[in-house]
Amino acid sequence: MSGSVSTELGAAAPGGGALLNKPRTAGRGRRTPRGQTAARAAVLVLVMGYLVLPLFAMVEFSTRGDVDPVTKTAGRSLQAFADIFGYPNLVEGIVTSLEIAVLTVFGMLLLLVPTMVWTVVRVPRMRRVIEFLCLLPLAIPAIVIVVGIAPVYRFMGQNLGAFGSSALTLTFIDIILVLPYSYRAIDSSLRAIDTATLADAARSLGAGWPRTIFQVIVPNIRGGILSASVLAIALVLGEFTIANLLSFNTVQVVIYLLGKRDPFVSVAVSLLALVFAFVLLFAISRFAPGAVNRGQRAAEEPAK
Amino acid sequence: MTSTSPSPAANGHGVAVVFEGMHRWYGAMHALNGLSLEIAPGELIALLGPSGCGKTTALRALGGLDEVDEGTILVDGKDLTHVPANKRNMGIVFQAYSLFPNMTARDNVAYGLRLRGVDGVTRKRKAEETLDLVGLGQQASRYPHQMSGGQQQRVALARALAIEPKVLLLDEPLSALDAKVRRQLREEIRRIQIMVGITTLFVTHDQEEALAMGDRVGVMSAGRLEQIAAPTELYDRPATAFVAEFVGLTNRLKGVAGDGTVDVLGTHVPLLGGSAGPGPVTALVRPEAVKLTPEVGAAARVVAVSFLGSLGRVQVHLPDGDLVVAQVAATDVTDLPPGTAVRVTVVPAPVFAVAS
Repeated sequence: MSGSVSTELGAAAPGGGALLNKPRTAGRGRRTPRGQTAARAAVLVLVMGYLVLPLFAMVEFSTRGDVDPVTKTAGRSLQAFADIFGYPNLVEGIVTSLEIAVLTVFGMLLLLVPTMVWTVVRVPRMRRVIEFLCLLPLAIPAIVIVVGIAPVYRFMGQNLGAFGSSALTLTFIDIILVLPYSYRAIDSSLRAIDTATLADAARSLGAGWPRTIFQVIVPNIRGGILSASVLAIALVLGEFTIANLLSFNTVQVVIYLLGKRDPFVSVAVSLLALVFAFVLLFAISRFAPGAVNRGQRAAEEPAK
Repeated sequence: MTSTSPSPAANGHGVAVVFEGMHRWYGAMHALNGLSLEIAPGELIALLGPSGCGKTTALRALGGLDEVDEGTILVDGKDLTHVPANKRNMGIVFQAYSLFPNMTARDNVAYGLRLRGVDGVTRKRKAEETLDLVGLGQQASRYPHQMSGGQQQRVALARALAIEPKVLLLDEPLSALDAKVRRQLREEIRRIQIMVGITTLFVTHDQEEALAMGDRVGVMSAGRLEQIAAPTELYDRPATAFVAEFVGLTNRLKGVAGDGTVDVLGTHVPLLGGSAGPGPVTALVRPEAVKLTPEVGAAARVVAVSFLGSLGRVQVHLPDGDLVVAQVAATDVTDLPPGTAVRVTVVPAPVFAVAS
């Protein structure tokens, strides 16, 4: 035993020499992080430039004022933003898109949350099937969806009166389009809690399925539900292809048409839509219940 | 299967539970294979067995969380076999932490009362009384993530008891806790169970827990109840080879059976009912039934010694090559260092024997 200790000590001796090399090693160590920092900064600048430059260009374009005949320079003006209200079609398009967004969120939550909770608790082997179905819209091009669904819309337009020809019927397609993103958001929340055990506990205490879902499960996946909702809103407000091909005047379609007549207003509305989406995403990352709970957990060490 | 009669209720407040011929299949797996069991009012039955033996399936069936394919569940004489979980009034404590993360300890405990329409003031008072019962009256305003695992399971117990359930179901509630907390909590659960007098089904794979807590212990294997008996009877008089080997430690020693006894290491030992024989058998002998005497020239040799605090375990190499484990007093451990020549004998207490 002592022999092995001696050997270890003997083997450790060259390590003392290694100590002398430490400053050189440390010096190399310092140079590498500095290089990494510069590389990171470069990447950050490139990415920010890629993201911010178009936004800056939009701001610059949409706030251009009249050219001063004397100085020959253009001033700054918010006239394009004020003119938004001068285009009834545009206001109507914005309202329609917001209505579709709200309906889509409700429809998506009503479809997804009970289905996913039920799948996790009662038929976990179906989880993969549900996931596959929800992710399917990612793999289907919008044009294919339109070609497939156009006859249904034609039928609705001819037989269901005002409802059948309303732009709000886009809600049905949009619910399908947002499924992949909303599924992921809710699924990650469901995986973060022991859904099956919580449901069992609630039921053993006397809760039926509706109470189990809405009083026990939903409050604990609020973060996921909020994320799913924001993603759905962002997606609906940005959806153009299907609405245009089915000839419904949503905000994106109106912006596109307006772009041919008044590009300043068109860009101003696009900019506002982007800012609205950013504010929503910021709100979710800052104020989502999941984020608050994570903060609390980090701050409070559980009692042992 | 053999069984002893259910013991009378501790204080007469519990209800009787009867399982009759329960079967449950999961595909090809026969999780419950004709399970029948009677639990007396106020009794605590511990179901013990290896993973996959069906003990949790039985508990979940009683709680209404799983269906049974055949059989009947009677609680207080009423058939609850097809009654949904939320109508059964069973208190369940789960293996996984099951407190609702968005509610405080008080709200968790009061949740079942809220579902029963109890008014807010009564609900709060009762929740706090029940938390006091489990020693967490001061933690009522804490959220689950602010409590330790042991505290969470105590709150879960309070939540299960607050609704005054007909039966308390404990599904390995201590398995996620460290050893010290586990021992403390199991004693606390037993104290509260006796105090409340509630009929309790406790499922565990930990035999020490089962033997320490159960009025009777049922040993399950492959969906069947091998034996149900008082802990001492189960340990001293196992009815099957599985029970003899699963509960406690056993040595497998060669012997020759005949006329109700078996000759093991030169001692005639009585055989338990159901044992194999006559002829060559393997006797299942407890370590505490093996006696070691240091003796110069003896053929057996000590090969290893383990000091376990209040007792010691000694591994001995027999002349025929077999290894036998003996349990000795802690004070004797120093007298039996490895290499000591010992004479090995067996106490003539009844043993179970299986065919060689």
